[in-house]
Amino acid sequence: MDLTTTYLGYTLRSPIVASASPLSETVDGIRRLEDAGAGAVVMFSLFEEQLRLEQLSLNHHMNFGTESYSEALSYFPEPQEFKTSSAKYLELISKAKAHVSIPIIASLNGTTPGNWVKYARQIEHAGADGLELNLYSIPTDPDLSGAQIEQMDIDTVSAVCSAVGIPVAVKLSPFFSNMANMAKRFDEAGARALVLFNRFYQPDIDLETLEVKPNILLSTPQAQRLPMRWIAILFGHIQADMAATGGIHGGLDAAKMLLAGATVTMMASALLRHGSGHIATAERELIDWMETHEYTSVTQMRGALSQRHAEDPAAYERAQYMKALTYYKAVQR
Amino acid sequence: MGTQFMTLDGNEAVARIAYKLNEVIAIYPITPSSAMGEWSDEWAASDMPNLWGTIPKVVEMQSEAGAAGTVHGALQAGSLTTTFTASQGLLLMIPNMYKIAGELTAAVFHVAARSLAAQGLSIFGDHSDVMQVRSTGWGLLSSASVQEAHDFALIAQAATLKARVPFIHFFDGFRTSHEVARIQLLDDDDMRAMMDDELIFAHHRRGLSPEHPFIRGTAQNPDVYFQARETVNPFYNACPDIVQAAMDQFAGLTGRQYHLYEYYGAPDAERVIVLMGSGCETAQETANYLNAQGGKVGVLKVRLYRPFDAERFVNALPKTVRSIAIMDRTKEPGGAGEPMYVDAITALHESWQGAQFPVVVGGRYGLSSKEFTPAMVMAIFDNLAEDKPRNHFTVGITDDVGFTSLAVDNSFSIEPDSVVRALFYGLGADGTVGANKNSIKIIGENTPNYAQGYFVYDSKKSGSMTVSHLRFGPEPIRAPYLITRANFIACHQPTFLDRFDMLSDAVPGGVFLLNTVFGPNEVWSTLPRDVQEQIIDRQLRFYVIDALKVARESGMGGRINTVMQVCFFAISGVLPREDAINAIKHSIEKTYGRKGEEVVAMNLKAVDNTLENLHVVQVPAFVSSAVEMIPPVPATAPAFVQGVLGTMIARHGDIIPVSAFPIDGTYPSGTTQYEKRNLATEIPVWDPEVCIQCGKCAMVCPHAVIRIKAYEPAALEGASDSFKHVPTRDHEWAGMEYTIQVAPEDCTGCGICVDVCPARNKSMLNLKALNMAPQPPIREQEVVNWDFFLGLPETDRLNIKTTSIRQQQAQQPLFEFSGACAGCGETPYIKLVTQLFGDRTVIANATGCSSIYGGNLPTTPYTSNADGRGPAWANSLFEDNAEFGYGMRVALDKQAEQAVELLKALEGDIGGVLTHALLEADQRDEAGIHEQRERVALLKEKLVDMASPEAKRLAELADALIKRDVWIIGGDGWAYDIGFGGLDHVLASGRNVNVLVLDTEVYSNTGGQMSKSTPRSAVAKFAAGGKPLAKKDLGLIAMTYGNVYVARVAMGAKDEQTLRAFIEAEAYDGPSLIIAYSHCIAHGIDMRTALKNQKAAVDTGQWLLYRYNPERETRGENPLMLDSRAPKLPLRDYLQMENRFKMLELTNPDSAASLFEQAQQDVTTRWALYDYLASRPFGPNGSGQGA
Repeated sequence: MDLTTTYLGYTLRSPIVASASPLSETVDGIRRLEDAGAGAVVMFSLFEEQLRLEQLSLNHHMNFGTESYSEALSYFPEPQEFKTSSAKYLELISKAKAHVSIPIIASLNGTTPGNWVKYARQIEHAGADGLELNLYSIPTDPDLSGAQIEQMDIDTVSAVCSAVGIPVAVKLSPFFSNMANMAKRFDEAGARALVLFNRFYQPDIDLETLEVKPNILLSTPQAQRLPMRWIAILFGHIQADMAATGGIHGGLDAAKMLLAGATVTMMASALLRHGSGHIATAERELIDWMETHEYTSVTQMRGALSQRHAEDPAAYERAQYMKALTYYKAVQR
Repeated sequence: MGTQFMTLDGNEAVARIAYKLNEVIAIYPITPSSAMGEWSDEWAASDMPNLWGTIPKVVEMQSEAGAAGTVHGALQAGSLTTTFTASQGLLLMIPNMYKIAGELTAAVFHVAARSLAAQGLSIFGDHSDVMQVRSTGWGLLSSASVQEAHDFALIAQAATLKARVPFIHFFDGFRTSHEVARIQLLDDDDMRAMMDDELIFAHHRRGLSPEHPFIRGTAQNPDVYFQARETVNPFYNACPDIVQAAMDQFAGLTGRQYHLYEYYGAPDAERVIVLMGSGCETAQETANYLNAQGGKVGVLKVRLYRPFDAERFVNALPKTVRSIAIMDRTKEPGGAGEPMYVDAITALHESWQGAQFPVVVGGRYGLSSKEFTPAMVMAIFDNLAEDKPRNHFTVGITDDVGFTSLAVDNSFSIEPDSVVRALFYGLGADGTVGANKNSIKIIGENTPNYAQGYFVYDSKKSGSMTVSHLRFGPEPIRAPYLITRANFIACHQPTFLDRFDMLSDAVPGGVFLLNTVFGPNEVWSTLPRDVQEQIIDRQLRFYVIDALKVARESGMGGRINTVMQVCFFAISGVLPREDAINAIKHSIEKTYGRKGEEVVAMNLKAVDNTLENLHVVQVPAFVSSAVEMIPPVPATAPAFVQGVLGTMIARHGDIIPVSAFPIDGTYPSGTTQYEKRNLATEIPVWDPEVCIQCGKCAMVCPHAVIRIKAYEPAALEGASDSFKHVPTRDHEWAGMEYTIQVAPEDCTGCGICVDVCPARNKSMLNLKALNMAPQPPIREQEVVNWDFFLGLPETDRLNIKTTSIRQQQAQQPLFEFSGACAGCGETPYIKLVTQLFGDRTVIANATGCSSIYGGNLPTTPYTSNADGRGPAWANSLFEDNAEFGYGMRVALDKQAEQAVELLKALEGDIGGVLTHALLEADQRDEAGIHEQRERVALLKEKLVDMASPEAKRLAELADALIKRDVWIIGGDGWAYDIGFGGLDHVLASGRNVNVLVLDTEVYSNTGGQMSKSTPRSAVAKFAAGGKPLAKKDLGLIAMTYGNVYVARVAMGAKDEQTLRAFIEAEAYDGPSLIIAYSHCIAHGIDMRTALKNQKAAVDTGQWLLYRYNPERETRGENPLMLDSRAPKLPLRDYLQMENRFKMLELTNPDSAASLFEQAQQDVTTRWALYDYLASRPFGPNGSGQGA
């Protein structure tokens, strides 16, 4: 069975890729993912905002209350060197590259144009095989138009793509007025892959404490429908590879995404739930399905049920009233 | 020869040499020497090698006595070993010092010389400590400046190896240890040239080794001890030559020639001052100044005080001298004179060869860093010019009791015009001092100028004032005294302007820079009248900047350091403006670069934003202001507070004469109430409609500024409309009114009350029953309301159920408005003690944070109630506090015993009913104590008419029949480390004492050094690499006695349990120990939400809550009750909340991963142990058998 696929210009042994999660926070974790059969590993995201807060917090606490009272002019030793999270992240990339043979794709979430590029360059320098730009932001400024936000995203991708030599993937949200148009524009801006879609953790209200709290929910298989639809629609219309992410929990889910047109399928929630070894299970399921359905390679599968190749292309656009449509068609016959 | 110049302080200058020249360093924190140990620990943690390529082993001990023992042992094992200390620390080393010297062991201790605690403690500098070791047999080598301290550290080490006489190398605490100066560094080659390998090998070979065994430290008998003691004489005789030879060798290497006794001044001087330490610099410069004007004066600097070389000393004096003043920076009450005076008299008597024996007088100066200025030196020379110079005089104070003091003309100055002198008044922790240190470095390292910085701090830990004294000039600066003629004065904190006189130190035509929200056209009318006058009279150039605005817009928050630094350089002209800006930017990148580019970026932004906001003010020709300076204390304050404490608050304590002071260190209680510091920009405002009257806000308030009263409605007569009150919710107080009132001028604005408040506005959940609001608009109104509130009757203590927080918090705190940090985690526990038991408590307080905010002048927080009763408080030392409190208990018990004996003896006269009632009184609760007080009052009335000696004695002792609590209070440095031996003994004594350990898990008062309470993986000073070992379990150790009540509490996690523990501990008739989790600024936390950290510590199992009550055992119950549940969160959730743990991840991630894992294992193991202990079946009489 030929499971190989290509993603960001690399040939992967399997289309099942570990997406950004705490499992890639250590070299051992990354090795376990490789051992389980991951085609590539996307590392956990480096958040610029988090780095900023980390530095400011450190600076605040090192300074707070100092040079005020004569017996205690400071409260902490002053280390000769700090290893900030970005330094540790870059170190992890280098170490991971030394220990695994599958591609290591870094993930970055920036907040300022200059720093997107700066960190991207550092990541390239550290030896990453590719870079996934995690375009996560919640625009809350009522004076900012959708078009402006879209342009900012495009500008970011353009800037990073022209600044680094490694292939760049863009992980994006589905919340654009015209997803297809944006996909095309990212493609044109130089993205070598689109990762569909970023999942936004939504805050929750705790009714007991009456507080707003982050409440991280792992994805469920239901989440796969949205990326599957758009991958199917976009297949053949853009040059960039498409990575499916969200709700892929096993080999059968992966099979669906490949049929829709994905180059790779990414897993995080299922791995957090079942452990890294679940990649091997999923791979087995995929192979079983392929054998049952007499597919011999992933290439053969890719896009076979995309909108372009589906028996009923409209199905991807009219899911809301498909039942009515089907009934109508039946009556017409 | 080292050619590198560097600006650094005396402690670092010394530590750099001591670290390089030793193999073992035993350390213990004590101000002002702690930084030498901290540097050593940090360098070792970053793998910096010593001169021989190995990393010295730096070990922290439990006390200075422990450090001295360790040093002795390491020396005996043949290693080059040192330690750093001061003051009481040096005294604790004395026994070992005799041993080390008696064994002719080469060693150097570096001492930042400091006052000793007598009538009061002082952390500041004089020679009281080093003078106490002059008979130990150690050499005493004195350095007078930062450069000398650096140089003498090396000379002492070289000399000791050759002489085999150990050396104390000392320099003045704070004045030299903390002065920042530009010095020429010694390099490794210099050190190598001075270190003779053969001598080091010999030192090694004298160490204990089973390969060539011997015995050292025998016990000797009357037949031989004396002779054996005399064997060392040749070494002491040879020692001065050896030290001078080392100085000569050093001069050959560096060009800096020193002499054991060094004379400066006219070769034919008639008047000479002899002294040691930093005062030499002032005396030398003054002598030069006077000689330039035709004077014939001189100064003899004493470098080697022990072994005292009488001949060299005398020969160093000019033969023309007619009168000599020997100045001692110490006091020896009852002596024939101070030590160096006596030594000098002897030396002159033995060795003077001149024609006429000079007149020799002795004087005292500079105790506790008292200023020693050219004007004072002049006064001494003037005294020497008298026919009969005054002997045993003092200079620098006004002694109107013993009339010892010399008159000083403070207008005398020798400051040269070539020196820029700048004063900066900052708010503690606003970055002013840091920025000034940085400016000194910039100037010292970017220009040929010499630079000097000295910093005066406040005694309060919150909202304090800092004054930076900076000098820059083309020649080396020898001026170890404060600036009183400043070319540049900057006020970084506008609220200080109407409270302190800043401009009286300005020279005519100088610069005044003010940080203010008012622009150049508005500021004039906001200035106090006095300030306007000074600006006009002195023709000052006046600049303003809104530094806070610039800082905030640059992302710097409230830290205005960089902004004000740029202003200084822009106006002062010390450097060309462009060069200065570039140098500041370069320095920012260097200083903050390793903390991340964000920090660098915001500072650079602040630099760029400053100049356009700096404005010159056109000064009007006339004074127009109606604003007056605010008096330091209100006119209603008692006379002593007005006259003495108020003068100290106004920063004029130096002028208070001797007669104004209590003779024995006894001061009135309750004086913080008069020092209205108005620190808070925001204060809590009570919303009575939302409030559920739980009392938590008052309980956690660190400064006792939130008060609760329940009172009869009639008491509201005369209340202002803005005075808030509602009916009480507590049904037991039905019909009464309830008020929570904030003291607006005493609040520090920490916000911890708002964080703890559980009541929330139903429609706006961001609001609570307490909400922070700007203080200035409501200050006036709330001052009126606070005064009205104080006038309301206290809630009747007999009507308060103390086991319920909501009622208990209506008890009046007798500990208020302390100088503790805003948001302090210790003070709420102390306040609780005073609320519950304050009217019957004596407190023994270990030295540390709690003795500083509890007892540092000018004003102190322990106070009394309307009946005049309150905690009686005393501090002895750091190491002896348990014993100190124990002594109080023994005495109080003895007094009660005597009273009982007398009562029984006088029963016939007093009457059986009263006598028996007094003897059999049940004083276990408030009502019982109240009744006993009434009986004692009755007894005293009866005794008035009785004339027998027994009756008079009983009248004196009658109060002892009322229950007395002894609370022994201190921090973990005391309880876990230095005082543990005593604490252990006192707990084992069975006496009824209550021990409260305010456990911050570090030595907080000295800046956060590791104690044995520090938890595993925490980064602390002396544990820069993270503490590798687990926290000591003090509670478990105490429990093993079986008869000690032990509780571990964390108010922020379970306040009800805290309250219960305090009540049980006090009620228990035996020793009790409460270990109280006290969050601390040294944890690197958000102090406003610090109670969440306490809760997280408990929820993760890092801090267990329990009570071990031996009384339960007598009832056949398991004495241990676990009050916290099994850990429900991973420890990491707690560790991530505090910089002390997070720092390790940022400095050594691998070590952090390992230590965090071990710390989690600690949690698991500890829980399993305690769960077992608390749940095991327990039989009667502690048999441990199931019932």
